Amino acid sequence: MNEAPQFELRRVRKQYGGTVAVDVEHLRIEAGETLCLLGPTGAGKSVLLRLLAAVERPTAGEVRFEGRDYLGDRLRRETRHRITLVFQRPVLLSGSVSRNVAYGLRLRACPACPRAEVARILEHLGIGHLVGQAARNLSGGQAQLVALARALVLEPDVLLLDEPTAHLDPAHVALVERLLREAASSRPITLVWATHNLFQARRVGQRVGLLLNGRLIEVAPADAFFHEPAEPRTRDFVEGRMIY
Amino acid sequence: MGSHVAGGVKNRVEHWREFLATDFITILWLTLRVSGTSVLLSSLVGIPLGAWLGLSCGRRVLLLRLLVQTGMALPPVVVGLVLYILLSRSGPLAWLGWLFTPRAMVVAQFILALPFVIGITQSAVAAMPGELRWQLRSLGATQWQIRRTVLWEARQGVLLAVAAAFGRSLSEVGAVLMVGGNIQGHTRVLTTAVVLETGKGQFGVALALGGTLLCLALLVNALIVRLDGSPPRYE
Repeated sequence: MNEAPQFELRRVRKQYGGTVAVDVEHLRIEAGETLCLLGPTGAGKSVLLRLLAAVERPTAGEVRFEGRDYLGDRLRRETRHRITLVFQRPVLLSGSVSRNVAYGLRLRACPACPRAEVARILEHLGIGHLVGQAARNLSGGQAQLVALARALVLEPDVLLLDEPTAHLDPAHVALVERLLREAASSRPITLVWATHNLFQARRVGQRVGLLLNGRLIEVAPADAFFHEPAEPRTRDFVEGRMIY
Repeated sequence: MGSHVAGGVKNRVEHWREFLATDFITILWLTLRVSGTSVLLSSLVGIPLGAWLGLSCGRRVLLLRLLVQTGMALPPVVVGLVLYILLSRSGPLAWLGWLFTPRAMVVAQFILALPFVIGITQSAVAAMPGELRWQLRSLGATQWQIRRTVLWEARQGVLLAVAAAFGRSLSEVGAVLMVGGNIQGHTRVLTTAVVLETGKGQFGVALALGGTLLCLALLVNALIVRLDGSPPRYE
């Protein structure tokens, strides 16, 4: 049995020029848990997700995946295929919605018919009617749902979500939350979910973390985080006071 | 006086008829062959190089971009002169025996078109949103798959690069004149024929050849626009 956490970050720093975007002393994310990352704009949530997804490399420190450091050598393709990140501003490829959703499946040389898989996931998200539409003609919300479908169809072990419902109407927010809860209950899936929305974090997070100026202020089980925060800045944030 | 004018018109018509019957098709075919080959070669070399430059960063890459952009302003006569010296009987590449052949003209046009293909491809690829690469990577794409997909998404700019290279090759006169020699039936292309006909005072033929050049450029660009279809928009 593998007892190593899904992710472990040790003294991880990411800098762009002289600006420190992320500076995390230690963070452990267990397999199968849902961790919500809260924080104001520019706190470093997106950068942290990109580091976890290994699309960017940290300036310093160690990011371990299942006990293995993937700073030292290149992340193996099989490992990479187990992690997917949904971006805050999805960039869709030219061509149809179907081409976009099937992209990851094709990269994995999926033996199952991608067309059936694509249709199934689009139906699940309530956007089956978009399958043949040109992706560039979609609205912001539709594009976000397609990006989510593109990630979910891969059935990843780790799903990193950067404000995945930012452009959605309340009905679709509820739908996406329900689908992700169902996905997490049907098989072990680790969700790391960055959001501005305190209510969403309360609804979906098993643990919640607060990022501020790239630093992780507090990570705690959702109940403790919202009702008995250890940090005064967490209390200020939860109570809606502006913090810097 | 009247018979003199009639004789002049008759001479011009005769020249037209003779030109169309003997030289025109050969010139048109050689123009297409030389320009087409040079564009094909410069695209084969320039598109991958431009894609690599567009996806790379660092000081060396900046220096290379500077060189490529300078290459876009290469004076054709300088290219012609250097090639002439290299290929001439006393030059280091004399053994090739390419001077005053279509091959030398292809090389000259290749050198002139290549910076356009590299530079415009590089700009098109670099203009793709940076997040696109991250997203492809997060979906499991390898570096090679990312490059291929980004290049495909930037195809509008890549086609523009090919069109610009074709325009540069087609309209080039200085270098091909120097290394080709404008030999009738052997190295004469539309641009060098325009120069020759103008020198002979046959402005009608020269203008017709100029019109043919324009039509060729229009046809190639129409083909490229057709291939391009409706390109992707990134907002």
